Amino acid sequence: MAPSRKLEVIAAPDKPTIVTRRTVDAPRALVFDAWTKPEYIKRWLGPRNMEMVVCDVDLRVGGGYRFVHRASDGQEFGFHGTYREISRPDRLVSTYVFEMFPDAEAIETLVLEERDGQTTVITTTVHKTMQNRDGHLANGAMEVGMNEGYARLDELLPQLRRAA
Amino acid sequence: MATATARLSADDLDATFAALADRTRRALIAKLARGEASVLELAEPHDMSQPAISKHLKVLERAGLITRSRDAQRRPCRLEPRRLKLVAEWIATYREYWEESYARLDDALQELQGQPTQKEKSHGTVTKTRSHRRPR
Repeated sequence: MAPSRKLEVIAAPDKPTIVTRRTVDAPRALVFDAWTKPEYIKRWLGPRNMEMVVCDVDLRVGGGYRFVHRASDGQEFGFHGTYREISRPDRLVSTYVFEMFPDAEAIETLVLEERDGQTTVITTTVHKTMQNRDGHLANGAMEVGMNEGYARLDELLPQLRRAA
Repeated sequence: MATATARLSADDLDATFAALADRTRRALIAKLARGEASVLELAEPHDMSQPAISKHLKVLERAGLITRSRDAQRRPCRLEPRRLKLVAEWIATYREYWEESYARLDDALQELQGQPTQKEKSHGTVTKTRSHRRPR
C-alpha cells in the first residue's frame, strides 16, 4: 500500500509547538537537497499563485537564508533565518523569522526519516516567546498537555458558529 | 502567506495556542459555546475544584478567548469567538501553504528522480523518455 501523502499538522506532546509530518516518495538525501538548494527550493516552496522573488541560501552553520514570495497583488511575504546545525541527510536546525513579525524568532528543526525509499519529513517549530511563556506557565502549575493538538479545533468550530 | 496573521500578533497566536493546548480548556470552550456560565456551572461536569477551573479560565481570558463579567457575585464567563476564528483561519492558511508546497515537492522529487509525476501517472502517459536529471 502506498504511504499516506496527508499532511499532519500536530501539536508536540511536551511543548506548545507546531509539528508537521508528511511522507514523500524519495530518499532523504534528495529531500534534504530539495530543502537546501535554491535551484530546488524555487521549484516547490510556497503556493503556486505566488512568485518566489528571493531565494538566497548560504548553507553553513552561521550562514543565513532568505525567501520572499510575491502575491499577484504585489504583496510580498518574506522569511529569513540562520542555519544552526546542518547534518545532511537527516537533520537541519535553523532560526526562522516571518518578516511580518520581525521580533518573533522561532527555531525550526527538520528531521528526515527514511524507510523503504520513502522519507517522512518532520518539522518542529518552537517560538522563543513560547519558550519564555512555558516557564511562566509552569509556575502557575498549568499543565500544557497537547496530545490531541490543533485537530480538535475542527470539532470546536461548528459549535462556535452556532454561538456567534 | 496569511491575511489572518495580519490581525493577530505572534504573541497573540502563542497565547491562544498555549491556551487551546489543553483538553479541559477546550471542554470549557465547548461548554461556553452554548452560552455564558459561572465558574460553579463550569466546574460541575469536571472532576475538578473551582480553583482549578478558575486557573484554566484565567488562561483562556488572557488569551482573549473568553471574557468575564465584573459582576462580583457570579462573574459569568462568555466566549469571544472572534479570537478562535482568527486562529482557525491562521491554521487553515498555514496548512494550505504547506499542503500546496508539499504537492509541488512531490512533483519536483519525481522529476529529479526521473520518474513521471502523479499528474502524469493519472493520465496514463507514463513513458521512460520523460526521464531526465538524476542529481546524485
